[in-house]
Amino acid sequence: MSNTPDDRKYADSHEWALLEADGNVRVGISDHAQELLGDLVFVELPEAGQSVGKGDECSVVESVKAASDIYSPVTGEIIAINDALEDSPEAINESAYEDGWIFIVKPTDTSELDELLDADGYQNLIEDE
Amino acid sequence: MLIFEQSHHGRAANAQLPQDNGALASLPADALRASKPNLPEVSEMQVVRHFTRLSQKNFSIDTHFYPLGSCTMKYNPRACNTLASLPEFSGRHPLGPSLHGQGFLSCMYELQGILKEVTGMQAVSLSPAAGAQGEFAGVAMIKAYHDERKDTARCEILVPDAAHGTNPASAVMCGYKVREIPTGKNGDVDIEALKDAIGPQTAGIMLTNPSTLGVFDRKIKDIADIVHEAGGLLYYDGANLNAILGKVRPGDMGFDVIHMNLHKTFSTPHGGGGPGAGPVGVSKRLKPYLPVPIVGKKGGQYELLDENDYPNTIGRMSAFAGNAGVLLRAYIYAKMLGREGMSRVAEFATLNANYLLKRLMEVGYDAAYPERRATHEFILTLKKQAKELDVTAMDVAKRLLDYDFHAPTTYFPLLIPECLLIEPTETEAKETLDGFIDTMALILREAKTDGSLLKEAPYTLPVRRLDDVKAVKQLDVVWNKRESK
Repeated sequence: MSNTPDDRKYADSHEWALLEADGNVRVGISDHAQELLGDLVFVELPEAGQSVGKGDECSVVESVKAASDIYSPVTGEIIAINDALEDSPEAINESAYEDGWIFIVKPTDTSELDELLDADGYQNLIEDE
Repeated sequence: MLIFEQSHHGRAANAQLPQDNGALASLPADALRASKPNLPEVSEMQVVRHFTRLSQKNFSIDTHFYPLGSCTMKYNPRACNTLASLPEFSGRHPLGPSLHGQGFLSCMYELQGILKEVTGMQAVSLSPAAGAQGEFAGVAMIKAYHDERKDTARCEILVPDAAHGTNPASAVMCGYKVREIPTGKNGDVDIEALKDAIGPQTAGIMLTNPSTLGVFDRKIKDIADIVHEAGGLLYYDGANLNAILGKVRPGDMGFDVIHMNLHKTFSTPHGGGGPGAGPVGVSKRLKPYLPVPIVGKKGGQYELLDENDYPNTIGRMSAFAGNAGVLLRAYIYAKMLGREGMSRVAEFATLNANYLLKRLMEVGYDAAYPERRATHEFILTLKKQAKELDVTAMDVAKRLLDYDFHAPTTYFPLLIPECLLIEPTETEAKETLDGFIDTMALILREAKTDGSLLKEAPYTLPVRRLDDVKAVKQLDVVWNKRESK
């Protein structure tokens, strides 16, 4: 059974978004998503400084089974990317919510987070799938 | 063991060595290599045993049932091979004058006609050397058409989420942006989503019908109207043509351009990477852009039409006129089938698929679209087994190998979780299908009683589970003398 921590929000396209103390939003994919994808072999990271809109494709994760686009859950500017994933994409499999984060967005409007699912809502979504 | 690892200094099969007829002496010194080439030094018997053993490890259509979905692994009749190998064909030089190749050119001319007739298109070019190249040619023609009309704001190609991965890749290769269209719950393209996505920026849509979900899109006429009204063109991916051969024609469905995989539908050998053949067919408005050469008839003589006859052609796809040997085999196959045989292909391909689907559902597997009739292929989803028994589609696929069946396509299309895409083709007998069903039932019983058995499969093959991650990240296919001790 996949795990869904309740300290963050979730998009129905399986990204998580964590509002940090400094007001930035850290983004990754859920444990459920990494489980579905299987062993990851490649992550195409966005560029720091890039502006993104909510729902924009900005990264790609590729596993032995499939390639999948990652959409930004909020509008803003990408201020950091997780370079370590270039050499160790498996960090997403091993630690989807901590070491496997993908990028950090400086959001223009944190209220966009309210439109995302909470942990219970996301858990219901993946049980229905 | 690699043949290089069997090498022993000084060992050779002298009887098989090419004779030095003095040609070497005529080469200038700087064209001659100074060191010996790094070739294995082995005896004739070692070579024979090595390659005979390798050939015995093959899983092929000649040895096994091969239900690899979306690949149409049908039997390749030996007559096609025998006739295409006649020295009058195989000895012909591609640059020889047309006058000396009337026999070959007449076959190609007729093949163009057969493919036009069976697809309902207005003109055909045989030159693309494979399906993906045919796709590239098709999208390039769509682009050439819009460009010539100065309709250059069209920058997007629509592709359903169930499409083959080559579709978006071909669109991008031609400079288009790809917009994905979701599939509705019943497996058809989501018409409302299509309406939302379409507009003056739409260059065209790429569709496979029947789709990779193994169902025929019932709203194809509506889709064609919507796309044409918006000024876009319709591209037909011929990967699944086997299901409708002699029954429904893409030209009649409203498609403007199609590629055909002769190595699937027209039974030329494939698997292991080719060679393929991906002829393209077009409606009247795309005819000027066809890739050349095309076989034409002038004054009772067959000849290759080129840039002079087709000044707006998108160009050439291959050095000569496509994969001649593959095209010949397809031509002979089509002639042997005849018009009536073509529709029997589609009938038995769909009958076999529907029989397999129904029986596999009876033994406990879930269909991805249980309410839909299968076309020539269908999808099982092992979502339930993965959840309840921790047995995945990959585990079942690997276990099938132990029972002497080639595995179906796994994890494609991407939108169906834990899926197996199964395509039996028309050439399998009922006994073979029954054997497959019994084995699938047996594997399901194994999954329920001892799932770990499946996790470790296959047991009987030269290699067990491959490390897919390592294969992707550290691909190593070059033998290195120093590594081998």
